[in-house]
Amino acid sequence: MHEYSVVSALIDEVEKRAKGAGALRVALITVKLGAQSGVDPRLLATAFETFSDRGLCAGAELVLEEVPARWACPRCGEAPAPGGPLRCARCERPLELKEGDEILLAHLELEVPDHVY
Amino acid sequence: MCTDCGCGDTHLVPVAVHEKILAKNDRDARHNREHFVEAGVLAINLMGSPGSGKTALLEATARAARGLRLGAVSGDLATDNDARRLERAGIPAKAITTGNACHLDAEMVHAALHGMGWRETDVFFIENVGNLVCPAVYDLGEAANVVALAVTEGEDKPLKYPTMFRGADLVVLTKVDLLPHLGDFSMSTLRDALARVMPEPNVIEVSARTGQGIEQWLSWLEARRPRRTKVGVHHHEHAHHDHSG
Repeated sequence: MHEYSVVSALIDEVEKRAKGAGALRVALITVKLGAQSGVDPRLLATAFETFSDRGLCAGAELVLEEVPARWACPRCGEAPAPGGPLRCARCERPLELKEGDEILLAHLELEVPDHVY
Repeated sequence: MCTDCGCGDTHLVPVAVHEKILAKNDRDARHNREHFVEAGVLAINLMGSPGSGKTALLEATARAARGLRLGAVSGDLATDNDARRLERAGIPAKAITTGNACHLDAEMVHAALHGMGWRETDVFFIENVGNLVCPAVYDLGEAANVVALAVTEGEDKPLKYPTMFRGADLVVLTKVDLLPHLGDFSMSTLRDALARVMPEPNVIEVSARTGQGIEQWLSWLEARRPRRTKVGVHHHEHAHHDHSG
């Protein structure tokens, strides 16, 4: 359940940014999670509910955008058959993971007093 | 307008961020890596299920070490049993007890290195918490990731835990002395499973008990050792503390 430590790092980062922007509270947090990131979206959502009960993130909505794994040959761009070997069928090179390992804080919506901006 | 405190109206501001959530761990890992590289130490993150034979592999490594100076930190939720086993095998070792944490992170490794003579080693093992899920997410500053997989775990383990195997530079297949007792184990099924989760599958078959494959494992380590470019200890610019202890 490393999702708890991922959420704790997420909340630290969001609080830092929210404070820096003079926000009263965080309304929305968008996180991008790759299918190959090793982080489970469902467990991350549960951990967030548990840990976001106070502070600027209290009541914030967490939106998880799941990014599918995308493998491709570094030379010819050929993609593997789903679940197939990770070697290019055409030029035999090891494939590269182009997308799908990210654990990213992508976007925030902050509630700020009118006089701040 | 709020009439309670005069704070005024509020509005929502969208902010594009695009920041890695584990950026702090990545920074700590980079810091560890700089130290290992600068000291000419090969750091190995050794992962695998509980009972896959990580500690036994290191004991067998020490028995055959060809003069390589070894060191280790060993992570478990509780007890320093593994570190004591390694010490008895002649590997200076320190336990990292994580409490409830299911993995090591770069900061825990950094803290454990203090007070250890890790600079005087050639190969330094970070024996992770036995777990095929969580340790895959945390960079520790290692030069290579090695996954120990026991023949008794089943050939489809890589398909069940693809993230762990995707990040592995080497799979050490352990307990191969048990193969005669496992009638239905198929090496080609295992290799096929690895090819579907690792772009460059690389397997060494070992038995810590009989010593089979240990020479090949040592050669793999030797080939990855950084060349020390300077004689003696080179200190880089370091803002907050020294690591000589």
